[in-house]
Formats: sequence, structure tokens, C-alpha cells
Amino acid sequence: MPLFLQNLPDLLIFGTLAVLAVASALGMLFSRHAVYAALFLVLNFISIAILFLVLGAPFVALAQITVYAGAIMVLFLFVIMLLGSESLPGKSKLRFHRSVAVLFGLALLVEVGVLVITIWGDFPKTTGLSTVYADPTSLGLALFNQYTLPFEITSLILLVGIIGAISLILREHQTGQTSIPINEATGEKKE
Amino acid sequence: MIPITYYLILAGILFTIGALGVIARRNAIVVFMSLELMFNAANLVFIAFAAYHKVLFGQIFVFFIMAVAAAEVAVGLAIIVMIFRTKKSINVDEMDALKG
Amino acid sequence: MLFLESTQINSTFSLVPWAIFLPVMGILINLLVGKRFGERGSGMVASLATGLSFIVSVVLAVALGGHPEAVSVPLVEWISIGSFDVSWAFRVDTLSVTMMLVVSGVGTLIHIYAIGYMHKDVRHNGDPGRYNRFFVFFNLFIVAMLILVTADNYLMLFVGWEGVGLCSYLLIGFWFEKGAEGLGNARAAKKAFVVNRIGDFGLLIAIFTMFWYFGTLTFDGVFEQASALAVISPGVILAITLFMLLGVTGKSAQLPLYLWLPDAMAGPTPVSALIHAATMVTAGVYLIARSAPLFVLAPTAQAVVTWVGALTAIFAAGIALTQYDIKRVLAFSTISQLGYMVAAVGMGAFVAGMFHLVTHAFFKALLFLSAGSVIQGVERGMESGGHGHSEIDPQDMRNMGGLQKRMPVTFWVFLAGALALAGIAPLAGFFSKDEILAAASQQSIMIYVLLAAAAFLTAFYMGRQIFMVFFGKSRSEAAENATESPAVITTPLIILAGLSVLGGVLNLPGVHWLETWLEHTIEYTRPGEFVVWVAALSFVLAVLGIFIAWLIYGKRSIRPETVDPLEQKAGWLFHGLRNHWWLENLYHWLITDVYGERPYGSTADFMADGFDLKVIDRINSAIAQIVRQIGRGLSFLQNGYVRSYALYILAGVVFVFYLLLR
Repeated sequence: MPLFLQNLPDLLIFGTLAVLAVASALGMLFSRHAVYAALFLVLNFISIAILFLVLGAPFVALAQITVYAGAIMVLFLFVIMLLGSESLPGKSKLRFHRSVAVLFGLALLVEVGVLVITIWGDFPKTTGLSTVYADPTSLGLALFNQYTLPFEITSLILLVGIIGAISLILREHQTGQTSIPINEATGEKKE
Repeated sequence: MIPITYYLILAGILFTIGALGVIARRNAIVVFMSLELMFNAANLVFIAFAAYHKVLFGQIFVFFIMAVAAAEVAVGLAIIVMIFRTKKSINVDEMDALKG
Repeated sequence: MLFLESTQINSTFSLVPWAIFLPVMGILINLLVGKRFGERGSGMVASLATGLSFIVSVVLAVALGGHPEAVSVPLVEWISIGSFDVSWAFRVDTLSVTMMLVVSGVGTLIHIYAIGYMHKDVRHNGDPGRYNRFFVFFNLFIVAMLILVTADNYLMLFVGWEGVGLCSYLLIGFWFEKGAEGLGNARAAKKAFVVNRIGDFGLLIAIFTMFWYFGTLTFDGVFEQASALAVISPGVILAITLFMLLGVTGKSAQLPLYLWLPDAMAGPTPVSALIHAATMVTAGVYLIARSAPLFVLAPTAQAVVTWVGALTAIFAAGIALTQYDIKRVLAFSTISQLGYMVAAVGMGAFVAGMFHLVTHAFFKALLFLSAGSVIQGVERGMESGGHGHSEIDPQDMRNMGGLQKRMPVTFWVFLAGALALAGIAPLAGFFSKDEILAAASQQSIMIYVLLAAAAFLTAFYMGRQIFMVFFGKSRSEAAENATESPAVITTPLIILAGLSVLGGVLNLPGVHWLETWLEHTIEYTRPGEFVVWVAALSFVLAVLGIFIAWLIYGKRSIRPETVDPLEQKAGWLFHGLRNHWWLENLYHWLITDVYGERPYGSTADFMADGFDLKVIDRINSAIAQIVRQIGRGLSFLQNGYVRSYALYILAGVVFVFYLLLR
């Protein structure tokens, strides 16, 4: 108990953020409207970013907000708006999937629980919040000295992503028609 | 402080929710978003272990994961847009042209 | 790991696998690129392969001369299941090298002959493209026969045994669409195969019994344990040897399984010469000679073998008198001479039997090849005379005559072979046949009488053949216009004639080279002796036979229409002999009459239609159906929805996670 009381502030912070994260995840899962799902996901990202902060990774936390919540989710919202998607009509043909998936999900959770229980005693329980080891300077030093190769490769990946995304879209403007001709009225393919 | 296992359980829950989202949602974009949720769960695990072992590598790995996830989202969304153009729908159930 | 170490073997002996692989390479070359070489090329490739095999045999013989004990050259580990251990090993000893020399030597000569003979034959029969196939089969036969004679254990011997049976089938039915009713050749080939099979059954039972009691199949292994077993249970040895005898009667055409050999004459003449005179049919004699230690332990079996041989000798010699087809006479002559050899090895005179095997290979091959030359000469006469091919049978002796002047070389070599066969001194046949007769005279007077009578008949029918074919006036236009065969055909004939004349030196009485050579391998052989009265009597019988033949056939000529003078004199005897004493009819009635209620026929019917078709085929299709239904049942898994596939992945992850947590 004394340990519990000692850790109470941390526990509270963690608890709040955890509940927030899970709740927003569930909200994303269950929301009918795609925009609501995106917004829930943004909330989830922010709560996880604060968790990162609590865990002593300020750079990653802010990168999470900037990149994930700030760029990626914005991209998602753009696409949602572009496609004008509403909640999809009709009943799914695979309704039984949900139950089966929930089953497997629960199984996965149980397994994670089992794993956690078996390693319960193997880790140091506490650590002080310290940012000494993870300040941006040391991160940058490590990134450019030890991990130069992955860094460069990541930049290549980003380049490829850009080129790929553009080339996928670009064709339409050049040729003036999509790769598979569509009959406007019926939506069927036409030769 | 908090035992690391709490973080692991949280990550597991988030991962499961993400997996369920991939399987149970029909909207392709929401599927993608669930995928991002799964990535985040993994990131959480990495950072947690990095914190508890005072190892920098966890955070650097998360850095890379974020970068790659960004690229992946860009391309993936481009593909979804392309598919929408041809099929006028983003319902994953309608994309069964490879049915055996 | 598969190839066994042979480091202790003298390096010359390790050449023996080449004797087999050279003809195998010949087969592959002819099979793959033979057509491009043309006829000369593929024939030469095949002959070269066999010739090189002969050279290997000569080298081995020379090496063996300085080191006469048997050597075993292992090659590949074949079967190794529990205590059953059989490897492909070559046995190089005097007996197998003798056979190798005969097979590859005579084989090479016949190959060369066949280059010329088949050139004409494929044109006569209308399919020049088949030339290549002939040499592939021919080389295949040499391979199989060499495997048979160089085998180190009974199972490899059986492999070669079956192989030669297969090649016999392939080559007899070479013109499978020809023959009586368009089926005759195929039927003859099938008959040869089936009758051989009956013999093979006997050999297999013998092999199984040997393995059961001895636990090993190598010659050395079996012979070591045989004498111990003979004391305990002699019946087993008797059973083994009698079953082996069944195999021998099948392969070497003895009574009662001789009937495939006359019909086998449907094959081209080189085939008859190589397979059905010189080599394959002698495999039975080789088997008995090789299993000498077993036979020596079972005197009853030896007696049976001797009687089978002697009876076959006289039986076939009698039938040979009444045949008109030039090749059938020689076929029955072969059966008769094989009877001599079998009787010899049955009496324990293994060397005499092998000696006769070698000399018989020489002159019988010579006779067959010259008969082929005669037939082709007559065919040439037919074609140049403007007759159609179906007008007369070029193989019927009644259509020949007077060929001495028209085909002189063929005449002289045929004469040499015939005199050797008849046993006129000092040709090869005299010495070899005389040794057998000498052994018979000391063994049993009945056997001697049978064999001597067969000798007389042999001389008689050979004389009859010579007079009918070569002397007198030509009885048909084809014979009038016959021409001599080209050099590629006559040269091997001349070589073989030389061997027939001089072959007696192999085992001259008093010198006995072959005997000392073979004694290293066959220890129990009865030594050859020269019994003067036997030799004199056989010479007299031979001359008498030819003289009587001249009296009956030499003076007059016989047209197909006129009745054979023998038939006039002893009609019923002639008639019976001509029909093989209706033995074949008996078989046919007993076994193969399918449309009657013969138990064998209806059983075969039932097995083919009722069992094989309905039961086994249904099982096969049922298995296929099960597989198809499983596939259909599982096809629902592939519904094309990505979500389902993601679900399967999740299921897999859960499962693997579970496995890792156990």
C-alpha cells in the first residue's frame, strides 16, 4: 500500500490517459461516420503522445503530435472529404465476421494477459521520470552517428512514397482517362 | 512508478481494438485508420521498454516507424483514391475481383 | 555413399562396369541423336559400343589370366532393408568373363552384320525410319545380357534375365504390324514374353527360397551355406534347383516351354542369331553352370535336368527334319543343341556344357546369319525378277535350290557352320559335342543313346538343309536370280566361319585350355575325357546322317507341291513331327482356350474385367473424387474478401502466440 500511495500521482496520470486512449479507440471503432472516427483517432494519438511524454520521450511525443496527428490525420481527413463518404449502406454480407473477430480479439487479449503475468516480476518496477537520456541532442547524435544508414534509407522511403503517390494520381491528368474506362451511367466497366 | 506491464496491457488492448477495426469495418479508410492504431500500440511498447531500460534505441525505432508509416499512408490513400475513381465505392467488400 | 569403395580391387578389374556403360552410351547416343547420323552412323555407333565392350572383356580376360581367382567389383548399393542387402556388384571370374567374351564378341560381329542386313530389311518391309530403333534395342540387349553374366548375386542376375526377356520381346515384335493377319509378329513376341514369364516365376521362387534360408543372395554367400543346409534339409536344395530348372526351361527353350522359340523366328534374322542362338537362350545354361555347387548337392535335380535336356535334344531334332522354313529348322536345331548343353551341365560336365555353348554360339550364329544372307539373296532375286513380294515366301526352302553357284561365299560359310554343327571333325562342333557324348556314355547309357540319336538327326537335317538350299536346280525364279550379299554382311560370316572351324582348339582333348580356365570357378566339374569309341561313333553317325540326306534330298529336287520324300516313307511319323506331336495344341486346349470354360481363361477374364476394371479402377477414381470434394469443400475459404483474409491472419497470430506461450 505505501508503494501504491507513493505512486498515486503517476498512477492517476497513467490511468486517465489510458482510459482516454481506450475510449477514443473504441469510439473510432464504433462510430458510423468516417469523420467522427478520424477525430476520435486524433484524440487517441494525443493521449498516446502525452503517455510518451510521461515515459520520458519528449521528442517522440511531439513528433507524434506533429507527424501523426498533425499530418497523417489531416491527410486522412482530406481523403474522407474528397471521397465524400457517408456511412455505407446495407448490411454486410459477412456479419458473422464480427463475432468471430471479437472472439479472436478476446483470445489475443487473454494471451497478452498471460504473457504479462508471466513476466510480472522480471522488470524493474519503477523508474524516475528523467529526460536526461532522451533529449533531442542525444537522439540526434545517435541518429546521425550510429543509425545513419536507416536514416538515409528512411529518407529514400519517403521519397518513394512521394513519387508513388504522385505517379498513381498523375496519370489521370495526363491521359485524360482512368486506366479502366467506366460507363458513367451504370458504373460498369466498358471496353 | 508504474510497472511496465501496465503499459504492455494498454498496448495490447489498443492493438486488439485496431485488429478488430481492420476486420470488422467496411469503410476502407476506417480500416486504414485502425491500422494506424495498431502502429501506435507498437510504438507504445517500444517507448515503454526504452524508458524502463534507459535505452535510446527504442525511441529511434519509433522515429523510423513513424516515418515509414507516413510514407505508407500517403501511398495507401493514393491507392484508395484510385480505386474510388474506378469503382465509385470504398466498401472493401466490393473489391473481390480476385475471388478464386 | 551410394558408390562403394573398391580400393582393394586391382585397378584393371574395376574396368568391368565399362563393359556395360559403353553400350548404354551407345543406346543414349542412338536414341537422342541417332537419326541425324544416318543409317551407317547409328549402326556404327552401336557396333562400336559393343566392340569396345568386347575389348574390355579381353582386357579383363588377360588380367584374369594372371590372377584367376574371382574378383567382386562393387558399384552401387541397391537395396538395404533390414538384413536384406543387395548391391550391384560385378563378378569377374573365369566363367563370367567367358560369357562376356562370347556375348560381346559374337555380338559385335552380329552388329556389323546387322548394319548391312537391316539396311535392306527396313526397305523390304517399308519403313526405313525404324533402322535406328533396331540398334537401340540391340544395344539394350547387350547391356541386359552383360548385366546377367557379370552379376554378383542372384537378384542382379534376375535383373539381367528380365532385361533380356524384354529385349527379346521388343526385337521379335520389331515388325509388329507384320506377320500373319497383321498380328503374327506381335503375337509371337507376346508368346515369347509370356512363356518366359512362366520360367521367370520358377526362378523367382528359387530366389525367394534362397533368401529365406540363406539370408543372402550373393553367389559366394549362398554357396558357402548350401552344403550345410543340404545336410539338414536336402529337400530345400532340391526345391531351389528344380525351380531354377523351370526358369531354365523357359529361357533356354527346353521341354515343356520350348514353344516360343520357333515362333520367335518372326523377328529379323540378326535377332534370331544373337538372341535366340548365341546368347539369351544360353542364359539358362549359364545359370546352371553358375549354380553348380547347388546342383551338385541335389543329385535328383541333376538327373531331372539331364533327362529334360536329353529329351529336348531328341524331340527338337526330330521336328527339325520336317520343317521347310530355313529359320525354323535352325530354331529347332538351337533347341536341340540347348538340350545338349542342359544335359551336359545336368550330368555335372559343366565345362563340356560351356564349351558347347561357346562353339554353338559361333556356328549357330553363323548359320543364322548366313540363312539371313540367303533370304536376302532370294529377296533380291524376287525383286529383280519382277515378282511381287507376296508371291513366294523367301524363307521357304522349297523355293530355293542351286544357290551354290549364285551365292558362293554364303555357301561356303554355311557349309562350314553346318559341318561344325553336325559334328564333323576337326571342326569345333565335333570336339564340344564329343565331350558331352563322352560324359553321357559314362553316366547313363539311355542318355547316351538319346544324345547320339539326336546327333545323327542333327547331321541329317543339316544335310537336308544344305542340299535343299544350295544344290540341285533352282526351284523358283527368285532363286535363279539371287545374288551374293554385300561385304558388310559376308565379312562377319567369314570371321564366324573361321571361329567355327578353329574353335575346337579351346578345349582340345589332352590340352583342355578351357577346362583349366573354368576350373578356377567351377570346382566340381567332371573332367573331360576323350573316349575313342565315342568320338569315332559320333563321327560315323555324322557322316552317315549327311550321306542319307544326300541320298534322299541331294539327288532329287523338291517343289512346294511335291510331297517330301520323308513323308512318303514314314507318313505318320512325319506328320506327328511336323506338328510337334500336337504339344502346342495341348497347351492351347489346356490353358488358353478363353471362349470355352477353361478355368484359366475365365479366371483371367474375371481378373481383367471384373476385378481390375471394376474394383481397382473404382478405388482410384474414388480417391480422386475424395480429393476433389475436399477441395470443393474448402473453396469457401477463398471468398475474395480482404476482411476474411485479415481474419485468417489474426487467427494465425493468435495461434502462434499460443504456441509461443506454452
